[in-house]
Formats: sequence, C-alpha cells, structure tokens
Amino acid sequence: MGYPHPSHPKETVVLSKHFGDPEARTYAGWVRHGGYEALRKAVGMSREAIVEEVKASGLRGRGGAGFPTGLKWSFMPKDVVRPHYLVCNADESEPGTFKDREIMRWTPHALIEGCAIAAYAIGAERCYVYIRGEFTEPWKVMNAAVEEAVAAGALGDDVFGSGKRIEIVLHRGAGAYICGEETAMMNSLEGRRGNPRIKPPYPAVAGLFGMPTTINNVETLAAVPHILNRGAAWYKALCLGNPKSTGTKLVSVCGHVQRPGNYEVTMGTPMRDILYDMCGGPPAGRTIKAVIPGGSSVPIMTLEEAESALFDYEGVVEKGSMLGSAGMIVMDDRTDMVYQIWRLARFYAHESCAQCTQCREGTAWTTRVLERILAGKGKQEDFQLLLDLSENMTGKTICVLSDSCAAPVVSGIQKFRSEFEAYIAGAREPSLAAV
Amino acid sequence: MSGSHGGTAGHGTAPAEEHIPVFTGPTRARLEQLFTKYPTRQACLLPALWMVQEARGWISEQAIGEVADVLELTPAYVKGVVTFYTMYHTHPVGRHFVQVCTTSPCNICGAEDVVKALLQETGCGELGATSPDGRFTVIEVECLGACGFPTPILVDDDFIENVTPEKVRGIVQRYQ
Repeated sequence: MGYPHPSHPKETVVLSKHFGDPEARTYAGWVRHGGYEALRKAVGMSREAIVEEVKASGLRGRGGAGFPTGLKWSFMPKDVVRPHYLVCNADESEPGTFKDREIMRWTPHALIEGCAIAAYAIGAERCYVYIRGEFTEPWKVMNAAVEEAVAAGALGDDVFGSGKRIEIVLHRGAGAYICGEETAMMNSLEGRRGNPRIKPPYPAVAGLFGMPTTINNVETLAAVPHILNRGAAWYKALCLGNPKSTGTKLVSVCGHVQRPGNYEVTMGTPMRDILYDMCGGPPAGRTIKAVIPGGSSVPIMTLEEAESALFDYEGVVEKGSMLGSAGMIVMDDRTDMVYQIWRLARFYAHESCAQCTQCREGTAWTTRVLERILAGKGKQEDFQLLLDLSENMTGKTICVLSDSCAAPVVSGIQKFRSEFEAYIAGAREPSLAAV
Repeated sequence: MSGSHGGTAGHGTAPAEEHIPVFTGPTRARLEQLFTKYPTRQACLLPALWMVQEARGWISEQAIGEVADVLELTPAYVKGVVTFYTMYHTHPVGRHFVQVCTTSPCNICGAEDVVKALLQETGCGELGATSPDGRFTVIEVECLGACGFPTPILVDDDFIENVTPEKVRGIVQRYQ
C-alpha cells in the first residue's frame, strides 16, 4: 500500500499489506495474520527444497543489484563443515529509498521469519541484521520483535521443536553509506573500517569472519515467507509480460509528487501509472522534468523516458537507467539540475571510503568542478573534464560507489546540457559563492 | 569543499578530565553478553563504541583507550575505526544533537531552509557548533532514509518527519 496513503487499486499489496497497523508489529498479531506458518513449514523441509522453491519463484535481490536470490543461496557449500552466516542488509542508505525502514517498523516479524528461513536454507545458525545507525525506531521495533520471537520459540536452540538452531543478532551501524555494500558491511561487522573488499573471494566462499556467507536485502528476505506459503508458481505469475522480473516491488517515491510514499507494484507496471495514478503526479501547475528511478546511483531519466518505461529490471534498463533499489526521485520543472547533480556528487565525495584513488580523488574533483560551474566560473572545457573524470570512475574501483557518482553526472550532461551551458555562459545567476 | 559536515568540525580541545571507566557493573555485563554473539572480540567494537557514547555523550581519547583494552585491540586501531563512522562524536556536543538531511530528495523539497531555521532557533549559528547555552549542536547529514517525508531530522534518538521552517521553533522548544 502507498503508505502513508491508502492502497491504490493499481497496487499489488503483499509485503506492505500491514504497514501502519500496530497489531502486526507484535508476535501474537503477526501470527493472527498468518505469520510464522512459512517458518514452521520450512523447518520440516530439506534445505535444498527451499532453495529450489526460491529459485523457481524468480525472486531477485531487492537491494539494487537484482541478482537471483535462489541462485545466490545455491553458491553456499552443501556441507556445513565451518560456520555459515546469513547477513541481512538493513543499512538502507541509498538516497531516495525508504522501503526497508517501513518493513522493519511495521512488519518486523516478516523480516525475522524471512531471515530464519534463509538462514536454515543456507545452513547458517546465525544471522546478523545490520541496521543503519540512524534508524532509531526500526532498531527498537526489531529488538522487541526478536525478543518476542525467541520467547515464542520461533528463534533459538530448537526452532518450533524442530531441533534446528537459528539465532538473530541485531548489529547497529554508525553512519557510513558505504557499509551498505556487502563486503564493506562484513568488514564493519567484524569491527573494522567499512572498506569494501576485493572479490574474489566471493562471500559464499570466504565472507564474514572468513566463513561462507550470504548477504540479502530486507525486502528480499521479507518476500521469502510469502513464496513458501503460496508457492513459487504464484510468485512467478506476479509479472506483467517479462518473466525475468517477477513478484512485487516496493517503490519509494519522493520529491515533487503529490503523494510521496511506498507503493507496491507487480513487476512490469508502467512507470506512468506509478507517477500519475498512484502518486498523483507533480504539484498543481508543475510538470515533471526528470526522474531518478532506482535511488541516486542510477542514470537520470527524462520525462519522456520515464513515461514510456515499464517498471522492472529490464524495462528501466531499456529506457537508459536501472531499477536499482526502486527509490524514485521525482524532480519538477523548478529543479535546478546542475545544483542537484552537484549535491549528489557531494554525497558520493562525502561517502567515499577513500581506499581507491579514482573514487577518493574523482568524487571530490567532480564536486569541485560542479561547484565552479554553479559559481559562474565554469568553462566549456569542464564538460570534457567531467566526462573524463566519470570515465575514470566507472568500472575501475573495488566497489561501485564512484560509478554511482558518475551516473548522474554523465546522464545529466547528456540530457540537461543546456542548464550547464546557461551557468557557463553567465545566462543564469550563480547559485553558489565563488570558490 | 563547501557544505561542511559538522561531524568533522571540532571546536576547541577536549577538556582534560579524569576518565571514569565505562565498562563496569551492568555495562560490563552487557558487553560480556555481546561477546557470546560474535566469534571475535573485535567484532564487538561498534557496539562497544555505542555503549561509550550512550554513557558519556561522546568518545574521548581515554575512552578509546578503555575500549582498546577491553577488546584487546590497540588505541590507534580503535581510533581509526571511530573516525571512519560519522555518528561517533570525537568531541563534546550539545545536550541535544540535531541531524538534518540535505541530500537531493530533501534538498529539492526545501531542506536547506530547514537548516537555516534550525541554526537560528537553536542559536548554534553555524553547522557543527554548539549553541552558547550548551543545549544544541546541529549538523547536516547525508540521507536519513525517510525521503518521502521531507525534511526528516533526528534530534537525539527522536526521528521527526516532514519538518518545515515554520515547525522548527516548536520543535526546538520541546528540547531543554
């Protein structure tokens, strides 16, 4: 449902059904809503059967990369000779994205159940949930929910009398965007600076504490109980024509729309339905100029691209961007694109962990060049300089943080070049003081 | 770079006072309990630092030394980790710590005006500074993860959504 708004007829409400309902937060309330049936079922199944079911559902990672979840689980060693770990990525920090926060605030037991099922499926007895430090309310809600789940026997040494041991440990982050990157998250969990690691080795081989590890996003794990309850075929059928993108997706919409919020749609829903029908379009008298569809790390779309895109992994790529985390940032005709691209570049410069030169220098340099342009001191050569910097920040570093900085810069120059030109030509008042 | 993030703006030197150990009694017991949840003591570093900040409001050099002792790490290593994460305070802050999101989604909805109103109403004047009455420190932060409810601010542990410049005075009055 378009929390905090009522559900829209064009939504497909599965994960968000109980957003805003305080009863769903409690163990008893969750059980009344059918909760923990899937976990009871799962502990009676073989690990392989669960992995196969999730594979067959077509579920793909909801954190941004879209990697098939069942396939990721199947990379874990079959025999458990060393401890296996599950890490739930609840470090939601991608600008524009605020869906995992609502899952944890309103349906913490959906996440706990998903974690428990996934942990069992990959042969892990312990799951760490890494929650970003700023999420004070989700932190409290999750702590209370884990306590309740332990007391009810859904977690612990003997899950629902099955003899299976599953423990969930909540771990609080401390303010670092980069820790949402899975290998940085593992370092952070180990008590280190959050620097991403070089892959290989991949986490399934040598991850957290050097042990086989799977990292999944909150929304991905919250979908798992529904798949076990209603079957892979049901989930796979939630798709509008593209069998590679199945299920429902929470879309966080923010910026210049009348009803910002979290909407849940079947994969493949036209983006215009989300923008206009669900969110009510731009404020009265305005028109939409640009949409960043998948959190700030993906290329900016023009209105024409956004209006013609189907909202699934392939559909958004076809129109020049990426689904990412599905955090949709809508900008209307009043928006100064150069200023906002600078603001995004500044975000990445601030959040760079600084271990790769291209990222450490490139994000800061890009920010300074954009500052110069905004201060009315830009030059024609700055276009080429920004594009060269972006090229050097793409595909050349340990993680994709610097690629993410380049995405809005390159797409911004391609699609909104006249706004840069206006600053450089002195046709537009500087919006930053000279540096 | 313009747009300072107040977390890095230290003001004056830390007062040289005697360090009263944090990890004693119930806090030590909480830490011991945490040791059972991780295969290494080092992994308890972020939680231990949170415990220090909860108890003391910030993380001093002496506290870094104590954390290093209890986790069997070196102070230099602990300091390296402390300074990586923006939420740990390495200098004293006001009684109420205010974090305002000004990243793009909030920025296009007027977050910079919320910052101005906060700096004025709290008397902080500038980002990262503590108000003369010691009540507030205001900093700008990157994305608080509540982009649909601009502008979100975090006052201590209270997450407040949909803040506008007009609402700032009322919010500031709630915190003494």
